[in-house]
Amino acid sequence: MTANADIQKLDYKEARRQNGNSMNDTSTLQFPNLAQAVRAQPAEKAVTTLAEHVVEIVSDSGEGAQRCGQSFGAIAARMGNGVWTVEIIPAEIQPPARSIAGASGNRIRFGSQPVTNGGDEADLVVAFNEQVLLGRVRAGELKPGCTILLESMWRSDRDARIVESYVRTCEQLVAEGYRLIEVPMERECRPLVSDARRGKNMFVLGMLCSIYSLDLQLAREQIALAFRKKDEKIVRANVKLLEAGHQWADANLDFKFRIPAVRATVPQVVINGNTALALGILASGMEVCAMYPITPATSVSHYLSEVYEKVGGIVHQAEDEIAACSFAIGASYAGKCAVTITSGPGYSLKQEAIGLAVMGEIPLVVVNVQRGGPSTGLPTKAEQGDLLAAMFGSHGDAPKVVMAASTIEDCFYSVITARKIAETFNMVVVVLSDANLATSQQPFPRPQFSEAWLAPPLDQSAIPDGMKPYDWDATTGLARRFIPGQPNGMHTLTGLAHDQASHVAYDPEVNEESIRFRSLKLAALQKTLKTPPVFGDPEGDLLVVGWGSTQGAIEEAVTRLRAEGCRVSALHLRMLNPLPGGIKEIMRRFRNVMTIEGNWCDRPQDAIIDETNRRHSALAMLLRARYLIDIDCWSEVRGQPIKPSTIYRVIRAKLQTSERQPT
Amino acid sequence: MIHATECLLRLYEENPELEQYQASIPRWCTGCGDNAILAAVQRLCRDEKLRPEKTVFVSGIGCSSRFPHYMKTYGFHGIHGRALPIAEGVKMARPDLHVFVATGDGDCCSIGAAHWIHGIRYNMNMTVLLHDNQIYGLTKMQASPTSPKGLRSNTTPRGAYLEPLNPLSVTLGVQNASFVAQVVDWIPEVLYDVIKAAFHHRGLSFVRIIQRCPEWLPNLFEPWLNDPQRILLLNHERGIRVSANLGKVYKNQQAHDPLDIDGARKIASVADPIPVGILYRNPDVPCYEDLRHAGQLRTPELVRSGLEAELDRFTVWPQEEGKRARPAA
Repeated sequence: MTANADIQKLDYKEARRQNGNSMNDTSTLQFPNLAQAVRAQPAEKAVTTLAEHVVEIVSDSGEGAQRCGQSFGAIAARMGNGVWTVEIIPAEIQPPARSIAGASGNRIRFGSQPVTNGGDEADLVVAFNEQVLLGRVRAGELKPGCTILLESMWRSDRDARIVESYVRTCEQLVAEGYRLIEVPMERECRPLVSDARRGKNMFVLGMLCSIYSLDLQLAREQIALAFRKKDEKIVRANVKLLEAGHQWADANLDFKFRIPAVRATVPQVVINGNTALALGILASGMEVCAMYPITPATSVSHYLSEVYEKVGGIVHQAEDEIAACSFAIGASYAGKCAVTITSGPGYSLKQEAIGLAVMGEIPLVVVNVQRGGPSTGLPTKAEQGDLLAAMFGSHGDAPKVVMAASTIEDCFYSVITARKIAETFNMVVVVLSDANLATSQQPFPRPQFSEAWLAPPLDQSAIPDGMKPYDWDATTGLARRFIPGQPNGMHTLTGLAHDQASHVAYDPEVNEESIRFRSLKLAALQKTLKTPPVFGDPEGDLLVVGWGSTQGAIEEAVTRLRAEGCRVSALHLRMLNPLPGGIKEIMRRFRNVMTIEGNWCDRPQDAIIDETNRRHSALAMLLRARYLIDIDCWSEVRGQPIKPSTIYRVIRAKLQTSERQPT
Repeated sequence: MIHATECLLRLYEENPELEQYQASIPRWCTGCGDNAILAAVQRLCRDEKLRPEKTVFVSGIGCSSRFPHYMKTYGFHGIHGRALPIAEGVKMARPDLHVFVATGDGDCCSIGAAHWIHGIRYNMNMTVLLHDNQIYGLTKMQASPTSPKGLRSNTTPRGAYLEPLNPLSVTLGVQNASFVAQVVDWIPEVLYDVIKAAFHHRGLSFVRIIQRCPEWLPNLFEPWLNDPQRILLLNHERGIRVSANLGKVYKNQQAHDPLDIDGARKIASVADPIPVGILYRNPDVPCYEDLRHAGQLRTPELVRSGLEAELDRFTVWPQEEGKRARPAA
């Protein structure tokens, strides 16, 4: 193995031969031979320059791989690299140790250019035991020939079964062509800390800083930041571990990478989508957030609970989802627009109350951090399954605004926009995020606060004589909202059909008129929307339409295909109801249009699926109905973010099929 | 905004008449107990000179939940069972408003039972009137959780199967209960006095009002109406003081101190004779809106500084020339 080998071009057979020799020696209880085999003097090491890498750190729950990964991502971001980090979360809180399903950790994709999604399979994996590693291997998350840095202590475990499992796994991985390097993590940490099991995550961080030539001083600062709530002694101990890991890698590994970074010229914030949603709520001037615990939305309220009161806001944990929604509606009715946060099952429960807000024309923001469904589904996994529920949920005609955040930054600004729309149009605005955005981190320019984000002070002026609580404007359907405390505005808001005076009215004309006005408000909003920009050329063979968290992956795939000469462009929709004008005109300039979504569509290759019964993906269905264009769709519901390489293959295949078909 | 002069004028103007709180003629059936409750509440509003624009009646769904439509205040006629969480949201956003909740035995004790339990626990400052006629009226005579066992209804043609739920015992069993009372619609004097005491209690005051339904259960309470001895009046200086005139009719009385929760629970457990009066009152239970510091003044500056401080925690600063990046803490 040469020291300056490009990781993509490593001779894996050679590695296997070297590794294999040592793997067979199960009697080895001491420091594994492999690391010695790759030992090289630091001076000899050449540094390989890379455009980007995907790194994973996986451990049992509670061993700190999460913190290690987050810190690593933050350091890379501070170096000026483009970064996207994804949490690897087991479904259980404390899964059994050393179990395949128990992998907990972080994936960090970082590169020279801005990174917009989690990317493809991993290039380098650090694993604290062979079982969690196997979990990732079986999930297909490792690139062929991926470099693996594995904790070697299991080779000398007292339990013969563990030793056997470890040795067998190592042999298997080497046989499969992975570049396996055994690292005595815990042994190296033992002289430095009393609990080496808990300390080795920072050792690994140091190791990664060495491998990727990251600034060690930045790493020390990051540790100080990560442990800011802890004792100074703890910070010092962790810095020691960091330095030890760095030294070990310098001394023992024969490869080193550098991913050039362009230092940011503007301040960037590094947060995940749920923190961005919480900060958006804070920045929007909303004062009440009512919620009930549900995965993956809850961490929004965790963070908000920590900070909201400092600015006079209140997070109310209600007794159930229905109460949370009703509480927010009551707060909105009597004051400023309020927000309720939930995920799939909770969103279902809120439906009747959402209908009440629609009927009473009470502004309300509902955030749905989507997860896999239906029913309890995949609580911690990503899916885009709630678009139609967001749009058509609640009985009767209940027009609502539906927006979808497509990036971490978008999570922040979507909430501010949603509050504004809700209060301007007295409507329910649903903001869709998903489990992918929820826990992924990506740097974006630090927001500059604007007072225009906030609602104006509560109107408590007297209502002019003769004005009615639903004085619907004949063109837009808009009416001034009467707020309790306003003299002369007394009326009873009701979920029953009502006339302009908010009197219960069952007569046919009044009912139809009020439904018409509530519907017109959507059109009035639509008239204010800009046509979304096309990514790529404004015409071509294929337009790929997406919504939500898939934007980065779709555009990355499109960029690759365009570089290869394909006439493909992308369109990403943030506002889904109402759809902005101009979309049909965009679509018409392409031979074919398809959506790529994280919700189910029937597979045309299934024997009984044909065009008379195929269920399309949610957005495809909406676009087909609105624009009368034969829009195709492709989807994946694997609970994972859709990879750019997958989308690349899908688009390639679509382009090939459509070439064979006459237009 | 209300100008100071306007407030001054109001001082002289405000001697409201009953009619000022009457929005429209109630559509309840003749003889419905809801009418008696409405009369008592309108009288209370007049006597307390409640500003109509500062008063909100929140209700769920059912006969009783039409209540806000007949009050010339702000009203919120919500959805079935959810009057309490809506009212809690109102109070949290606007602790300056007087909040009343009108709810029925189906609304409160069945579909909204979770909110009832937790509403008691939140103890927000509002007056909750449980219009308990022991039957579903608007949907036409189905058994409710408080229907007597054996009651024949459209859903229990061979008689209700279960013992009724006891709203007083349930409420008194919930942590943070701070005001629990019971009245009947046919003794207007006590009805008014209890609702007035409930209004003045700081915290959630829960008043169960046993109410007649002339349409579906016209004779249910006949035995009690015909025999004043089957009413047990609770008499205490910290509760309701029984007037001399009333005492002549309702001789069955018990001195009960509303601070005594064990005594209250004992009284609540007996359905016949019907206890009438204040069972429990504890002014020291904190209100949730106070614990949460509701109604704070939020300036844009407060929001801005709060946001900037949070953003600081997550910011990666560009490296200044020749210097190391500023730590983000």
